[in-house]
Amino acid sequence: MGAIRKPPRRQLPGPVQWMRENLFSSLFNSILTVVAIVLIYQTVVPFVGWAIVNAAWSGQGREACLPYADGACWPFIIERSGQIVYGFYEQAERWRVDVVFMLLGIGLAWLMMPRLPAKGAVGVVMLTVFPVAAFVLLVGGMGLPPVPVERWGGLMITLVVAVTGIVASLPLGILLALGRRSELPVVRGLSIAFIELWRGVPLITVLFMAANMLPLFMPDGMTINKLLSALIAVALFSSAYMAEVVRGGLQAVGKGQYEAAAALGLGYWRSMLFVILPQALRLCLPNIVGNFIGLMKDTSLVSIIGFLDLLGIIQSGNADADWATPNTAMTGYVFLGAVFWVICYSMSRYARALETKLQGGDAR
Amino acid sequence: MNATAGSALAVEITGLNKWFKTFHVLRDVSLSVPRKERVVICGPSGSGKSTLIRCINGLERHEEGRVVVEGAELTGDEAHTQAVRANVGMVFQQFNLFPHLTVLENCTLAPQWVRKMPRKDAEALAMQYLERVHIPEQALKYPGQLSGGQQQRVAIARALTMQPRIMLFDEPTSALDPEMIKEVLETMVELAETGMTMLVVTHEMGFAKTVADRIVFMDAGEIVEIAPPSEFFTNPKNARTKEFLGQILR
Repeated sequence: MGAIRKPPRRQLPGPVQWMRENLFSSLFNSILTVVAIVLIYQTVVPFVGWAIVNAAWSGQGREACLPYADGACWPFIIERSGQIVYGFYEQAERWRVDVVFMLLGIGLAWLMMPRLPAKGAVGVVMLTVFPVAAFVLLVGGMGLPPVPVERWGGLMITLVVAVTGIVASLPLGILLALGRRSELPVVRGLSIAFIELWRGVPLITVLFMAANMLPLFMPDGMTINKLLSALIAVALFSSAYMAEVVRGGLQAVGKGQYEAAAALGLGYWRSMLFVILPQALRLCLPNIVGNFIGLMKDTSLVSIIGFLDLLGIIQSGNADADWATPNTAMTGYVFLGAVFWVICYSMSRYARALETKLQGGDAR
Repeated sequence: MNATAGSALAVEITGLNKWFKTFHVLRDVSLSVPRKERVVICGPSGSGKSTLIRCINGLERHEEGRVVVEGAELTGDEAHTQAVRANVGMVFQQFNLFPHLTVLENCTLAPQWVRKMPRKDAEALAMQYLERVHIPEQALKYPGQLSGGQQQRVAIARALTMQPRIMLFDEPTSALDPEMIKEVLETMVELAETGMTMLVVTHEMGFAKTVADRIVFMDAGEIVEIAPPSEFFTNPKNARTKEFLGQILR
C-alpha cells in the first residue's frame, strides 16, 4: 500500500484573474459585462435612492411625505400596518389573529427544524386540531364574540386563503391523480372531467362565479358565506393543477415498483401509501412547491371579489385622500411585492433544503 | 385453506392462453408442479417464459385456461389474487427493491401490513432472513448503497419474509455483473435445499443442471419439452431444444 495521496489543491484565482476568466473571457463576454453593469447601475441606484435615501421615514399623514417628491412614503405603510395585517378586524379582538399566526408559526417551524422530535404527531395536530382552533379563534364562538368575515382583511385573509388552498389541494390532488390513473372507467372518467374542467377555466372566473352566481342557485333563505365559497373555489382549482403534477410523479415511478409491491401482496392502497406515493411525491416535490408558490400569489385575486386582502388593503389606501401623494401607490406596491417575495422565496428555499435532505437519505 | 391440504400440487396450469393485444404470447400451456419441486424454465427471449411465471401470481392476467396455486384458482378477482400473492414470493430481474426504504424496512413492510405482524416481530423475522442470505450487517442501509448481488439477495430475503410456499424467480441473475452472479445462485441453491417449491426462469444452465428436478423448455409461447436435467442436456428430443442448447452451450 502506498501513502494516501490527496488530489492536488486547486490554486484559487486572484480577483483580477477571476474577472478575466469569468467576465472578460472574450470580446462578446466583455460587451455583455459592460452592458450588464450599465443596466444594473441604471436601475439599482435610482431604486435604492427612491426606496431608502430620498424616502420619508417618519411623520404623520401626507404632509410628512409631500416634501420627499423623489422618495418612498413609508409613513403610509407604518400607519396602515394594523390594517395591512388584520384588515378591519376589531381592534380588541386582534389578539385572536395573533394567536393563530403564532400557532401556525410554531407548527411550521417545528415541522421544518430537522432536530425536533415527534414530527408525525405535530403534523397530525396541525392538520386536525389547528384548523378547528383557528376557525373558532378567527370566526368566534365558544365564548368569543363573532367577527364577521366582511371585517377580515390584509395579510390574515391572504394567509387564510393560501394555507387552506395548500392544505386542501395536496390530498385532493393526490386522490384525483390516482383517480385519473385508475383502472375503473367511471372513476377515471370523472377524475379527468373534473381536472380538465377546472384547468380550463381562469381562476378569476371561478372566483366571480363562487361569489356572485353561487348564491343565485341557493334555495331561498339560505346564504353561503362568501369567504367559504372562495376558499372552496381556490382549493378545487388548485387541486386540479396539483393532480397533474402528482400524476407526473406517479408516472415517473418505475413499473417494477408497482409490480414488486403487488407481488408482496400489498393491495392497491397500501402499495400507493407505502411504496409508490413516497417516491412519486419526492420526484415531483419541486413542482408541488412551484404550485404552492403560484397559489400563494393567486390569492391576491380575491381582492377582485371584494375582499380586502393584502392587495385590496394597499389599493384602498392608495385611493385615500388623506394619503394622496405622488409616491403612495408606488410605495404600497413595492411593499406588497416585498412581502410576497419573502413568503414565496422562503417556501422555495425550504423546498430546496428538503430535496437535499431526501436525496441524502436515499444515498442515490 | 382447506383446499391446500387436498392437493399435492403447488401449481397447476391447464390450457393457459394469453394475448398481448393481438400477439398470442402463451399458447395452450399446461404445467403441474408438485410441492417441493424445483423447476427451471428456459428458452429463447420472447418465448413467453417470464409471462408464464407472472401468470402464477397474477401480475399478468390470462384470457383462457386455469391457474391454480396451492389449491386456489386465480380468477382475476382482486381479493383472491392478493391472497394468492401472499403465498407466492417473487424475485425480479431488476431487484425492484424500494429505494426510499432501508433494507430492513423493505423486509418488514409486507409482514407488517399484509400479515399484520407487530413491528418488533416483523423486524426479528426480517433479520432472520437477512442472516440467511448473509447480509444482516447491511440492514440499515438503503438499497442504493448496495451492490447488485447484495440487492438481489435482499430481494430474496424480502420475498421470504412473507413465508411463501412457492418462490418465483424471473431471470434473477440477468442484470448482474458476472462476479455477482455466483453469490445469488448460491443463495438460491441454499433455498432449494430447504425444500422450497421453486420456479426459476434463467439462462444459468449450471444452476439448472445441479438444482432443477425438471427443466421446461419454451419457444414461441409453447412448452416444447419437459425433462429432468440428465435427459434434457444429454438427450433432448425436440429439434428446437437441440438448436437452443447448441447456441447456449458452447
